[in-house]
Amino acid sequence: MRRGIAATALVATLSLAATACGGDSDSGESGEKKGSGELSGTVTFWDTSNEAEKAFFKKTAEGFEKEHPKVDVKYVSVPFGEASNKFKNAAGGGSGAPDVMRTEVAWVADFASLGYLAPLDDTAAVDNKDDYLDQAWGSTQFEGKTYGVPQVIDTLALFYNKDLLKKAGVEVPESVEDIKNSTKKFQGEDVTPFYMRGDDPYWFLPFLYGEGGDMVDAEAKKITIDDGAGAKAFETIQDLVDSKAATTDTTDGWENMQKSFKDGKVAMMLNGPWAIEDTLAGKEFKGNEDNLGVAPVPAGSEAQGAPQGGHNLSVYAGSKNLDASYEFAKYMSSAEVQKATTEELSLLPTRTSVYDEQTVKDNTMVQFFKPAVDKAVERPWIAEGNSLFEPIRVQLADVLTGKTEPEAAADKIGEEYAKLLKDGDWK
Amino acid sequence: MAVETGRSVAPAAGGDARGRGRGTGGAPGKTPGPLRRALATHWYAWAMVAPVVTVIGVIIGYPLVRGIYLSLTDADEANVARTIGVNEIDATYEFVGLDNYQAILTDGVFWDRLGWTVLWTVGCVSITFLLGLVLASMLNRKVRGRTVYRMALILPWGIPAFVSVFAWRMLYNEKNGILNQLLAGGGIDGIPWLGDPTWAKISVIAVNVWLGVPFMLVAMLGAMQGIPGELLEAAEMDGANAWQRFRNVVLPGIRSVSSTVILLSTIWTFNMFPVIFLLTRGGPGDSTEILVTYAYRLSFLVSPRDFASSAAWGVLILLLLSAFAVVYRRSLRKQGEVW
Repeated sequence: MRRGIAATALVATLSLAATACGGDSDSGESGEKKGSGELSGTVTFWDTSNEAEKAFFKKTAEGFEKEHPKVDVKYVSVPFGEASNKFKNAAGGGSGAPDVMRTEVAWVADFASLGYLAPLDDTAAVDNKDDYLDQAWGSTQFEGKTYGVPQVIDTLALFYNKDLLKKAGVEVPESVEDIKNSTKKFQGEDVTPFYMRGDDPYWFLPFLYGEGGDMVDAEAKKITIDDGAGAKAFETIQDLVDSKAATTDTTDGWENMQKSFKDGKVAMMLNGPWAIEDTLAGKEFKGNEDNLGVAPVPAGSEAQGAPQGGHNLSVYAGSKNLDASYEFAKYMSSAEVQKATTEELSLLPTRTSVYDEQTVKDNTMVQFFKPAVDKAVERPWIAEGNSLFEPIRVQLADVLTGKTEPEAAADKIGEEYAKLLKDGDWK
Repeated sequence: MAVETGRSVAPAAGGDARGRGRGTGGAPGKTPGPLRRALATHWYAWAMVAPVVTVIGVIIGYPLVRGIYLSLTDADEANVARTIGVNEIDATYEFVGLDNYQAILTDGVFWDRLGWTVLWTVGCVSITFLLGLVLASMLNRKVRGRTVYRMALILPWGIPAFVSVFAWRMLYNEKNGILNQLLAGGGIDGIPWLGDPTWAKISVIAVNVWLGVPFMLVAMLGAMQGIPGELLEAAEMDGANAWQRFRNVVLPGIRSVSSTVILLSTIWTFNMFPVIFLLTRGGPGDSTEILVTYAYRLSFLVSPRDFASSAAWGVLILLLLSAFAVVYRRSLRKQGEVW
């Protein structure tokens, strides 16, 4: 054990030294690592990437064994929707938790506040941290400590089917109003203009930002969703669905959205870079990849904005193999892995240096999404950040099924937030 | 059994005193006390049940007591004791008395959920019971291919519940499900099976009925076959028609089985977590959320997980079901049923 600590310290010093040199000394660095690194044991990695992405991440994670032959990487694919819950069961229960976990940006503060994550400052996991995009780094911080290293960054955008828009004679919409106005033009094609996800609150955020609102103002410690913008956002989506400009679902939204977009039943949807691989495999896009267009999310009456998302890599505080876990987190967030990830899956890197790579520069999805990410709305990185969605989910369904009026729904969410944020001086 | 338990209590106290007496050098050769006599006669019985009592105590008693205790505190994921690697975090939750219960009972959420849970239970049990009864009477005759029918009707029981529920979820899918495609073929607009509060309620009940009928069927069929054929023959000789025979011979004949089955089925349905959770997750909104799925939400889906409130919900559910069982049993006893 003591030897392990010494090794970590050595590796950390070496990587710090390498950073200080400022040179791109990847090869030299790994050479030195081999000299001191006798990492061994098992690293269990829980990955939450989707069906289209997981093969790549499995292969990549296992690539770590090539650098560290004595380490056995156990790759486990956990469905994104269940991962947070599963991790909490395992972490709180004290058994079965992974060593390294792919954590959605909102999970980091949540898990860290409960003591489940190991702080990564001054460990091997944090490597050349100045290279990370500021927004991506922001989501790894909780109470002044670092609990994750950014793996990918993303935001929502408008995906559209170029052929369908051309056939209907519709310009790429810039606002919700434009989508609504295009309804008639699509009617002859038997196509619904837009798919509105009614089962996932994340997809509601662009509409909320579009009316100039947000869920909470974390700096002023103020709940803002019930200030009027929330109600207006609910009105907007209700109007989209009622006017037949949008179709929706309050269950199975992901499958239904992907299927109807891939089959050309809807012309537009909101989605993120993680959906690119899956979408391109669809009937409308296979062999005709140029048919997929991506544009900024439609603006509301006040503003235009999409939430900043992405994933970090966090290390479980109870890991029996912390040294190898830190190394593994570093490897998975390294420039080479990020470059390969972008090349294979068009996911966006979190390191500025990777954006200088030619293959990354040439990627059309990166060309689109990078400016979008730069402008994306940062979410509140507070312990309760992950819990803010559930009240929206309930009210979103109630509004779409006509059970609740927009204003009452926004007020109700505000009430739930007040219960949630009772600690501290929230108002 | 009851007799033995009753006897053991008194000797246990006496035995204690005896033990002390022996410690101070009690006279040997005294006539054996009641404990020793009880032990001498029944020691093997106690030895036999000891493992069961221990196991039940550990797997039911301890969690129950612990749950009740937690429901009187403000424990949540952030303040319970836990050891995570090198982090050792001490428990900081406090005893708050009945605050949780007061909060739950004065909040509309509990009463809303209770209303729907009762509706769901009554709906599921009554429909399941009626269908089971009808199907059992149909199968309780000599029909060609009876075995095939029986197999087919019992099949849903053989499939793991979650598999059935997922299959139903696909059937119900509003955009791509078979049910709506059939309707579309008939020129009818698709129904938002799980997307509309009322339809979602109907849909979850339908699935639970589908899952529950085989059990009812088997139980009812068994009970019906236990009715002596002579009774039915005699009734027929007396000129009773089929309905009269069913009403006056079959129904009374299966009553003891059916009352038990209804009680069991009510308790199961009241706590039928998988159907609701896997089919709708309590949605749309919270319209199909029953008491247990809500308790699950508190202790597993919110962050930090609210163990105390969830435990309080659990205790309330237990109280409701116990109250129901007592009332039900009493009403049966009034009808002369010994249960």
